[in-house]
Amino acid sequence: MKLGNRRYLRALTATALAGVSMLTIVGSSGASARSHASASPVKIGISLSLSGDFSADGQAFQQGYQLWAADINRAGGLLGHPVVLDIKSDASSPTQVVTNYQALISNDHVALTFGPFSSLLSLPAAKAVSRYGYALVEGAGGAPSVFQAGLKNVFDVSLPVADDLMPFAKWVTSLPASQRPKTVAFVTSNDPFTEPQVTTIEPLLRKAGMKVVYNKVFPAEVTDYTSIADAVAAAKPQAVVLGSVDVPTVSAFMQAFEQSGFSPKAFIATGGPDQGATFLKAVGGVKNASGMMVPNAWYGGSANPLSKTMVAEYVKKYGGTASQVSSDVAEAYSVGEVMAQAVKATGGFNNKKIMAYLHSGATLQSVQGPVRFNGLGENVVPTAFTFQWQGAKFVQVNPAGDPNSVKVLYPKPAWGKG
Amino acid sequence: MNAIALLSAAKDGVLTGSVYALMATGLTLVFGVMDIINIAQGILVILGAYLSYALQVHWHIDLFVGLLITTPTMFIVGVVIERAFIGRLKGPEKTAMSILVTYAVSLLIEGALNMIFSVNDVQLQASYVSKSFAIGQVHFGFIYVAGFILAAVLLGSLYVMLYRTRFGMSVRASLADQASAALVGIDVRRVSTITFGIGVAVTAAGGMIYGATNSFNASSSYDLISRLLTIIVLGGMGSLGGAMLAGIAMVFIGDVVGVVWSPVWSTMAYFVVLVLVLLWRPQGLFGRASARVA
Repeated sequence: MKLGNRRYLRALTATALAGVSMLTIVGSSGASARSHASASPVKIGISLSLSGDFSADGQAFQQGYQLWAADINRAGGLLGHPVVLDIKSDASSPTQVVTNYQALISNDHVALTFGPFSSLLSLPAAKAVSRYGYALVEGAGGAPSVFQAGLKNVFDVSLPVADDLMPFAKWVTSLPASQRPKTVAFVTSNDPFTEPQVTTIEPLLRKAGMKVVYNKVFPAEVTDYTSIADAVAAAKPQAVVLGSVDVPTVSAFMQAFEQSGFSPKAFIATGGPDQGATFLKAVGGVKNASGMMVPNAWYGGSANPLSKTMVAEYVKKYGGTASQVSSDVAEAYSVGEVMAQAVKATGGFNNKKIMAYLHSGATLQSVQGPVRFNGLGENVVPTAFTFQWQGAKFVQVNPAGDPNSVKVLYPKPAWGKG
Repeated sequence: MNAIALLSAAKDGVLTGSVYALMATGLTLVFGVMDIINIAQGILVILGAYLSYALQVHWHIDLFVGLLITTPTMFIVGVVIERAFIGRLKGPEKTAMSILVTYAVSLLIEGALNMIFSVNDVQLQASYVSKSFAIGQVHFGFIYVAGFILAAVLLGSLYVMLYRTRFGMSVRASLADQASAALVGIDVRRVSTITFGIGVAVTAAGGMIYGATNSFNASSSYDLISRLLTIIVLGGMGSLGGAMLAGIAMVFIGDVVGVVWSPVWSTMAYFVVLVLVLLWRPQGLFGRASARVA
């Protein structure tokens, strides 16, 4: 029995030693695997509108994401992991964007997700990835409807859109009564990005004594804007506030106004004029673009050092000038920057920890300026600006008093005279 | 309601609607003769616009002069598509299959255009594109008036070709009954190829006017094809006059409702009219139910 016990003990000891050895081997191979994994790529899933209505914006977003990925990889990647972007095209469809994120997470096993273009697609995208516990850091989903959904996983690094037009409203209402436009037209696409902006400033302009001579919403799927633009022109407003998402909408209104012999004293569009070279090409160059205004939080001439570096890289890679860089590029680039800081702060790719960190109130830096999220995922620190084409330059004109703001070109030059 | 705005809306409806009719003509002609629903018509319009763009940007050829090059080019494109894809469709599922095949053709062309021209929006530019003249307080854009005249001339020419020429007689015979046309010696295959070529050729003009009045990229075709299909359904599949009337009706109704009521209801108002017409005449305004039975 004793012998048996000893034999048993020896066997046990041998087994234990073998076990320890095994554990050591497994442990060391595990360490080796971890060491190997530190060089393995980290996949980031993105759905972008590379075709369809938002294809121009989608492509600019792709450039922004790719520019960021190239920069972060040059700097050693995310926690040592090279970044690989897994981009699927959603054809600007709110249905396809859901399918894409499901596939990116379930099939492609991406570690992180970045947002699509536009509020219209960001909301369904955020809902889709929230089911998998993923954070969606995005740069073009700032409509109130995105935040009102009560999601805890969406983080918009850009300016919330509702206040975009406030600097314009403050400027126009601050003009001396003799110079202030006496009449105004509000015409907007029924899009979550545009309507909140227009409805926010409408009472302010009314209160300042500006008479609203046209105030209508048009469906987003309109293909011919001529009759709507003609109706605006027939009302002869001195200021026009156009709720537009893209370049074709703005260019169609501009052309129809010119054909009607109508040129407002002030013309601001919520989207389109910020698309740099694409906008200039579509509207027939600077002679027509001059005087056109657009709200945003960023422009190519931004004094932010991070922005200057990005713009220089962009111009080197894609050509053009700083004025011709689309704001979409900066919005996408900012997404990457914010996620990189969250990954670094949490020490990994755990989406739960990343969301907790982004909700913590930490202030992060981006090419668009500081970023700090409230409980809804809105960026609460950015400043809204108004930009304007003045000749070939795209310049900041509001808020008045800001050291980087120049004088507004007002009244807007007649079409073809800019 | 502003009377000037209402008059302008009516004017826009007629002028712009005629261009949509021109774009839809090829679609209705091809369906009438070949039983083919050409989903690629939208992208072919955009291809026509890009050809004008390329001629203008690279060789500084005027938009209207350029039609002398783009129209025959588009005819050849149509013949090639018909020979390579459409002509191979046979049997009772031909019409249904044509939707899939032409959709595939559409995707191929869209991909090629995106690669060549990028997805950035462009617009055809010329000194007269933004110019207009006024009658009273209603302004008429030169390009829209030119588009209306072009549509009227081309649709008139197609009408003459169909009803005053021997080839037109062959087309009409094929439209009525392909089997009987073949029995009396008509080369239905040849008629089909040429008809498809003509149907695509007219997109050169439609595309040029569209590209001069709208910023566009290859994806613009999706909005176009949905509108073109509803035009030929309302007008009656196979009817040139129906396409003209329905094209004008579509834009006219939308524009006038937009001024009188709100642009939000423009599209819905047109579709209400479409549904009512189809309840009354399922074959469309000028379509012949019997023509499709064979």
